[in-house]
Amino acid sequence: MIELDRVAYSYGGGELFSDVSLNLAPGSFQFLTGPSGAGKTTLLKLCYGELRATSGHVRLFGQNAREMGRDEVALARRKIGVVHQDCQFLDHLPVAENIALPLTVAGRAQEAGDYLEDLLRWVGLAHQAGQLPPELSGGERQRAALARAVIISPDVIIADEPTGNIDWEMSQRLLRLLIELNKMGKAVLIATHDMNLIRTAKTQVQSRVLRLNNRRLQAAGVDL
Amino acid sequence: MITAFGRFIAMLAGDPLPDRSVPPTGYTARLTLFTSGAMAFLAMFALALSLATGRLADRWSAELARTSTLRISAPADQLDAQQAAAIKLLETTPGVASARALSTEEQQELLEPWFGPDIPIASLPIPRLIEIIEEGEGYDPTGLRARLQAEVPGAILDDHTRWREPLIDAASRLRLLAVTAILLIVAAMGAMITLAAQAALSANAQVIRVMRLVGARDLYIAGAFVRRFTIRAFAGAAAGSIVGMLAVLLLPSTEVAGGFLTGLGFQGAGWFAPLCIPVLAAVVAFFATRAAALRTLRTQS
Ligand SMILES: Nc1ncnc2c1ncn2[C@@H]1O[C@H](COP(=O)(O)OP(=O)(O)OP(=O)(O)O)[C@@H](O)[C@H]1O
Ligand SMILES: [Mg+2]
Repeated sequence: MIELDRVAYSYGGGELFSDVSLNLAPGSFQFLTGPSGAGKTTLLKLCYGELRATSGHVRLFGQNAREMGRDEVALARRKIGVVHQDCQFLDHLPVAENIALPLTVAGRAQEAGDYLEDLLRWVGLAHQAGQLPPELSGGERQRAALARAVIISPDVIIADEPTGNIDWEMSQRLLRLLIELNKMGKAVLIATHDMNLIRTAKTQVQSRVLRLNNRRLQAAGVDL
Repeated sequence: MITAFGRFIAMLAGDPLPDRSVPPTGYTARLTLFTSGAMAFLAMFALALSLATGRLADRWSAELARTSTLRISAPADQLDAQQAAAIKLLETTPGVASARALSTEEQQELLEPWFGPDIPIASLPIPRLIEIIEEGEGYDPTGLRARLQAEVPGAILDDHTRWREPLIDAASRLRLLAVTAILLIVAAMGAMITLAAQAALSANAQVIRVMRLVGARDLYIAGAFVRRFTIRAFAGAAAGSIVGMLAVLLLPSTEVAGGFLTGLGFQGAGWFAPLCIPVLAAVVAFFATRAAALRTLRTQS
């Protein structure tokens, strides 16, 4: 659904990475690791059309990302749920409305209903639904971000450090949610430093681990 | 144009949710309310002026163009003969609907303000007055004068044009000025609202970013701003119009002031004109904000 073909990216200075190929196919479950600053977040941004590759091709649902207009990118994003590393909420709206925002923006606000409540319970935010995002803890914000990413039932879920500030038990819970969604055929890509999370996932789901290092993306070995 | 208008209607009727995605912006809100209120207030006076001068010009030109006066001064024994000759001549002049000598009573009435009711008008050597009422395009004053000179030597034609034209000219100029003022007010309001909208857009860059990330399209994001500014401009202009209308109503009564101020209020169908001002403000705000928003969204992708 999302394909990167020998993609390179540079922020203007030196090249951050090059010759990166990646395929987010239906039902795939992949982890992206690598040292801090290697460009994981940047690579994810290419996947949901926030950045454009310096060279190589990015295809979003069959369309060449380079040729897509802003509105086409917007429509593609409705099929991609993203957990951003820095969360990105509308700080003046309550958590529940923030989580429902992808539906609202797509003109499907009325679909939120019961699903929103189940989701809030699942990520442990049932009592925080009416609070504003700045009033949440870091971990609560990350859980809210994951809930917002999945509410529109996207074909692809991209999560950037979704468990950075979350205790082990809660990250297990979130992982299970992602695995359930993956079983429904959704492509999942998680950028993380958390090796325990990767190991646990590997016991539950067929997954691949990719490592971005020294400007290249490679399949990680069995040494995990 | 038609689709934009359709969107305008749909937006006013429509989904209030996009509004909530933009946080309340106190500063630009107050700026927009105040600007459109003040502009509507000013527009109300310009509008009243333009309507009144329009009426004035129409009335003057209609009344004055339709009538003129022929004055006959002659020795007492020739007056009747000359009057008869003049009327006969006038009746055969193209463009003259009727010509009628004023009766002694009417002349008395005309003189009363100056000499009181008791003047023995019959014994005074005052000229005879003939009232001419025109029809169609009116008569040709030069030709008429030439013929009068030949046949009625004591006649002087006063066709009012001497003082009519500058008056009508002044009234039309005044109306032109008033219309120009309205256009300038509308343009200034558009400019102010554009600036306010731009300020709101740049203050909400993060909001726009988040909306984009969750898949909002440009028109949706723009709509959140457009709707808000349109409603504010309408509310401000409605308040300004009401105050302006009250102020026009409270102008000294026309009878007391007499003369020129006559009719500087709204009359008849003229009362609908001020109702257009808030609508006009809303339309201006809609297009100004929409253009500003779409332009901003296009540059920051
Ligand atoms: N907008 C930007 N402009 C210029 N340089 C940037 C920008 N964003 C990121 N960079 C640089 O690109 C490099 C990669 O950043 P990126 O956020 O992709 O790393 P990362 O692998 O996600 O790191 P982390 O694990 O810490 O999240 C960093 O050196 C960063 O300084
Ligand atoms: Mg990162």
